[in-house]
Amino acid sequence: MAAIQNTIFTPGTAARFDKLATIYPLKRSALVPMLLYAQDEVGYVSDAVVAEIAQRLDLLELDVRSVLSYYSMLRTQPAGKYNVQVCTNISCMLRGGFELLDHCKHTLGIGHKETTPDGLFSLEEVECIGACCWAPAAQVNYDFHDDLTPAKMDAVLDSYRARETK
Amino acid sequence: MPDVTFIVDGKTLTAPAGTLLLEACKSHGIEIPAFCYYPGLSLQAACRMCVVRIEKMPKLQTACTTPVAEGMVVITDSPEIAQARKATLQLLLGNHPLDCPVCDAGGECELQDMTFKYGAAESFYAEPKNHREEQKWSPVVYFDRPRCILCYRCVRMCGEGMDIFALGVQNRGSSSIIAPNVPPQLSGVVENGVELAQLDCEQCGMCIDACPVGALTSGTYRYKTRPWEMNHTATVCTHCGDGCKTTLGVRSVSDGTQILRGDNRDKSGINGDFLCNKGRYAFDFANNIERVTSPLLRKNGELVPASWEEVLTFAGTRLRDLRQERGPNSIGVIGSNRTTNEENYLLQKLARTVLGTNNIDHHRTADFVTLATSLQGTTGRFASQHDVATSPAILLVGGDPTNQAPLTAWNIRANVRLNKARLYIANHEEIKLRRQAKAFAPVAQFGYGAFIKSLAEDTDFSKLLHAEEKLIVLIGNELRGGELASLIKTLPNASFALLADYANSRGASDMGLLPDVLPGYQPLQGSTIASEYGAAGAPGLNSAGLDLLAMFDAAAAGKLSALYVVGSNPIQRYGIDPAALKSTFLIVQDLFLTETAALADVVFPAANLYEKSGSVTNSFGDLQLVSKAADKAGTRSDFEIIVRLANHMGHDIKALVPFGKGPSSLGTRADMGQTRGAASGEADRHAVWLTANNMEPRLSPFDPFAILDEIQRLVPGYDKLLRLQLLSGNDQHLAPASTGLVQITAARKDLVLPSADTLFSSGSLTRYSPMLQDVQRHQSTEAPSPLASAD
Ligand code: SF4
Ligand code: SF4
Ligand code: SF4
Ligand code: FES
Ligand code: FES
Repeated sequence: MAAIQNTIFTPGTAARFDKLATIYPLKRSALVPMLLYAQDEVGYVSDAVVAEIAQRLDLLELDVRSVLSYYSMLRTQPAGKYNVQVCTNISCMLRGGFELLDHCKHTLGIGHKETTPDGLFSLEEVECIGACCWAPAAQVNYDFHDDLTPAKMDAVLDSYRARETK
Repeated sequence: MPDVTFIVDGKTLTAPAGTLLLEACKSHGIEIPAFCYYPGLSLQAACRMCVVRIEKMPKLQTACTTPVAEGMVVITDSPEIAQARKATLQLLLGNHPLDCPVCDAGGECELQDMTFKYGAAESFYAEPKNHREEQKWSPVVYFDRPRCILCYRCVRMCGEGMDIFALGVQNRGSSSIIAPNVPPQLSGVVENGVELAQLDCEQCGMCIDACPVGALTSGTYRYKTRPWEMNHTATVCTHCGDGCKTTLGVRSVSDGTQILRGDNRDKSGINGDFLCNKGRYAFDFANNIERVTSPLLRKNGELVPASWEEVLTFAGTRLRDLRQERGPNSIGVIGSNRTTNEENYLLQKLARTVLGTNNIDHHRTADFVTLATSLQGTTGRFASQHDVATSPAILLVGGDPTNQAPLTAWNIRANVRLNKARLYIANHEEIKLRRQAKAFAPVAQFGYGAFIKSLAEDTDFSKLLHAEEKLIVLIGNELRGGELASLIKTLPNASFALLADYANSRGASDMGLLPDVLPGYQPLQGSTIASEYGAAGAPGLNSAGLDLLAMFDAAAAGKLSALYVVGSNPIQRYGIDPAALKSTFLIVQDLFLTETAALADVVFPAANLYEKSGSVTNSFGDLQLVSKAADKAGTRSDFEIIVRLANHMGHDIKALVPFGKGPSSLGTRADMGQTRGAASGEADRHAVWLTANNMEPRLSPFDPFAILDEIQRLVPGYDKLLRLQLLSGNDQHLAPASTGLVQITAARKDLVLPSADTLFSSGSLTRYSPMLQDVQRHQSTEAPSPLASAD
């Protein structure tokens, strides 16, 4: 593997990527995990992320973009600090997922894949997040919130706002 | 592989085991529709159009991925299958625009054909169509997303066929889209405030050619005409030495017939479906307004238009006078490597028998003389372009086919990919083809001599090579003369080909546009041609004439009274000081007012290779038919101009071009052909030969086939050519005779000057092709990531 000069990632992530590239029989198999870790660190998959990952895995940037565009959980624009993902798949839909989404749109004043002007929240409508038995569910970054109602949702959002003022 | 027997639609068929059902059916005349399947590319099974019913298998099966098996029983057409295909079409048409009346593919569209066949024109999808604007990815590649049926042929063609990987599939499901390799935000190209995606690639248009619908369209052809409104002529590309077959689509315009499209429609011949950027698009030089369309005569220091009669009379008389006053050897002739074999032969015959001099040469781009003489005494050791596609092992020494001989590169890649051929490369640069190579031997610049020596040693590379039983060796223009000869000697069982530039470099050499060699690499003395030319009354032909550079030296020394240049631009190409020609009468015959033509006293406007008939021989010695496709008012073929010039010199043109019945008026013809000796003259011998070969004399002195007859009669190697093959548009491999060739000495000057053409340039034509200019500009803006995948 080409040694990466001037990596854009933190030393920890860079070391993790060095390792990731070696543990699969096919180097390119590390692509999706790398993209996810990179997104967590950088906030989104930037052009620089695409370039470095392509270099790390001996892929063309076009290949990386093709995979990247397939997965809706990977994004190429910065999201808000707290990315609110509301599920509207079947179980959640039956238990009020759409009302929840509409409520979020209304209270945050933004639509699907949009970010509040202060950069604090962004909103996404997503498919099943695997929390059907406690539908309707939403995910904020990596935190799950289930059995929601519009009122409970307000509380969830407030809890994140509160973190900021501390 | 052993054959298996199976039943399709009640018919018992056989095919080799492993054959795909779809291919097996095709070769037995049973059509199975297919969108995503493309011969020679990997299997995709994305479209489900090829579904068939196979007994004992659940559900319908895709014929494009199912190999035939013993006892298989298949139904390819039934109401169930028709319904399945119709449903597929309805899904595809769900988002397809109703563009057929304006779409380039209309009339040649596989989706249109299938919709007619299965009657899926009415859709029950009422959702609004998901429209996206067309995108211009490069000067030659445009993309209309709504027309795309996501068959991925383009993606595979670019990746597997071209080894470029410039196209990808992005997004998912019905919003999938074909994307080029430079994304909008990185392209730097902004139009109306919108960043545009771009293609950084070889711009070959293979993706467009493979697209079954009109989603990818060509910048030079789109929206210009409809397929059925053009006439189509199969001929040969004029650009590089590979000699691809191409079908030119033409239509009439006010000043002739214009070429609108180039593709190899029937996918036959040495190039199958392949054409490179130049073959597919660079015919536009023909329509350049700078084309010379009238003869020009220098009056009061200025080149001014004049009539053909005036200019021919002037040039003919002057040449005759100069020959008289200053002797035949004061005149020089420079030929072309883009004119036909017939024109080349005729030009050297004019030099040798009308002007009476061996002062004839051309811009040499490979050392074919050494190749021919080194292989004397052997047979079957000249490789053909077909061998590149089929030989189990290939050694490439020097050269960079990807850029210089794109078809050769395509055939090498296809051979490696499809037949697991072993490719060995020795090069002073890390050329792109090394990605296909089994072994790569780096060579120092100018170090090919050492490399050849190393082949006799026990290196890993030479061991691999010597283990190959059937090896073809392709040689770049780095090797000539002694090095070339010693490479050939080192590999006594291999067959060879030289990579030359331009459509007919090999033909120029084969036809004797050389001062020291007669056509067919025959010696100046003692060969049949020599004696026939001698009998035609040409004195002083026993010693070699001046080569190209010596002619200019002679001119500078005031010793060259006249120079006749046909389709060549030596002033620019060899960097010759124009002052050298100040006391030389200069006749230039070309398409454009090149640096050389601008100095001329007389300029004849010539037709290009697409505007004439005849034959050309590619670098490999594959002879092919050239057919007149286009036409430009005011120009004439080089053939006609040469004949007319001889006529205006007062020469009996029947002695130059054997045509019509009865002997020419020159020479002794009293015995009317009863004598068979050299003295009986060529028209008689020719008549005898024609009769013996069951042929009629040609009726016109402007018929290139009259000269082809003479070539076949007189040029060893070309005597083997088969008319039926030629006229059917098939290539045939010719090799120089294996005995009786000229002897060359080690001191023979090396005058090979490679053209240094790339994928996007073609000698003097480059600057007259707006498309090549555009593509060069486009590629130069892509410079930050040069050929992204070609690293
Ligand atoms: S034109 Fe470019 S994208 Fe299309 S096949 Fe050729 S190299 Fe690939
Ligand atoms: S652009 Fe043409 S070749 Fe490429 S996927 Fe679409 S329909 Fe197929
Ligand atoms: S490879 Fe050569 S002959 Fe073939 S299309 Fe290109 S320039 Fe023409
Ligand atoms: S449907 Fe919403 S979490 Fe599964
Ligand atoms: S041709 Fe068989 S699935 Fe497309």
